[in-house]
Amino acid sequence: MLKALENISAHYANPTRFMALAAKLHAPLWGLVALCLAYGLYRVAYVPDDYQQGATVKIMFVHVPAAWMALFGYSFIFFASITALVFRHPLGHVAARAAAPVGAVFTLIALITGSLWGQPMWGTWWVWDARLTSVLVLFFIYLGYIALWQAIDEPTRAARAASILAIVGFINVPIVKFSVDWWNTLHQPASVSRLARPALHADFLYPLLIMGAGFLLLFLALTLTRMQMEILRQKLRRRS
Amino acid sequence: MSLFATLCAAHMRLAWRGGQTILALSFLFIAVTLLPFGLGPELKLLRALAPGLLWVVLAISLLTTLDRLFQADFEDGTLDRLRLLPLSLEAALLAKLCGHFLVLVMPLILSVPLAGLLLNIEAARLPLLLVAMLCGAPALVLLGGIGAALAVSVRRGGLLTVLIAMPFYVPVLIFGAAASQAALSSGTAIRPYLGILAALSAAALLLAPFAIAAALRAAQD
Repeated sequence: MLKALENISAHYANPTRFMALAAKLHAPLWGLVALCLAYGLYRVAYVPDDYQQGATVKIMFVHVPAAWMALFGYSFIFFASITALVFRHPLGHVAARAAAPVGAVFTLIALITGSLWGQPMWGTWWVWDARLTSVLVLFFIYLGYIALWQAIDEPTRAARAASILAIVGFINVPIVKFSVDWWNTLHQPASVSRLARPALHADFLYPLLIMGAGFLLLFLALTLTRMQMEILRQKLRRRS
Repeated sequence: MSLFATLCAAHMRLAWRGGQTILALSFLFIAVTLLPFGLGPELKLLRALAPGLLWVVLAISLLTTLDRLFQADFEDGTLDRLRLLPLSLEAALLAKLCGHFLVLVMPLILSVPLAGLLLNIEAARLPLLLVAMLCGAPALVLLGGIGAALAVSVRRGGLLTVLIAMPFYVPVLIFGAAASQAALSSGTAIRPYLGILAALSAAALLLAPFAIAAALRAAQD
């Protein structure tokens, strides 16, 4: 199993082979994204209103998958960086760089939709709730990572610096999470705690899972497209 | 060991002669002076906010000193020489960071009581605040050093250093402020917070030199 994985990853270390595969995957992947999101949104449109929250509960179907992708995106960058730095896989840096703005935008979407949801529910756009705060910090980690890539002109230097930051930042994420959780319980004893959430009813759960799958596919499609662009850009740079 | 001490002393001399200590101290006092203009001169309010404000001011003053921490060495080739020493690069950089801590961060921390007076802080709380800062400041220096090392080849890297270091500063500030808060109320024990601050510093001491050295090697090769 591991051996097979190794062979596959070695096979696609060649950018030309990877580009051939990506070209084949490109259209079906985007088609799947469109199908999944269309079906998910259709299901969401027919979700019954929540007895407490009314129609605003529909925000959840964008907010929660976006928050999942915010975390998934950073883990993706971390593992891609490890692959690049430790196993010297040439596509690792490309993948990490391609995924960063995608993850950052998902994080921003989670923050904005959370704010839009918070306004009618909590009566305020922003609270220094533990989750909100740690997602905001995660957004800054993304920004630092992207800024580092952009600030260093020389590509291989930028790649190594960025992957070091991705790894150190990944260690930092749980520490931030822990300290923010702890800080919040000290300062605001349950004044605006998240809605006590009973197990989601199936009417909500299935559309949410479909949207989650749609967002995951969207993340992968965007990252793949950006990887193709990045490889083409590298080719251009080499030619000029 | 003597090589370590020599490097440490050399960095201290250079920073001192470059007037960096005076600059950093001035920055801290300017920031503290500006605060009442933003918040209003009411002493009661300032007293309540003082410990938290002092932590934030300390962190920001410290970040401003990190801006050029490795950059001069990177540009004039000192860093290449450091790699040739019979000392690992990690240890050499740690010596440099030690020097930085002694010549720049210690004066900042020691001037906090004076800055606290301007904010009407209770004198009885100062010793504990100082202890908390001494426990947490090594982590601030080491983690900020990662940011400085990653941004070393960027010409105007100051803001980038701040952006990279900010997420790392969140836990230290949280527990630092909590320690100060605990010093205020007699009911809460302060020692757990001091312990966590010291643990953060110890973890940073263990991991940061490797990250810093890796970042500087990446910038050079």
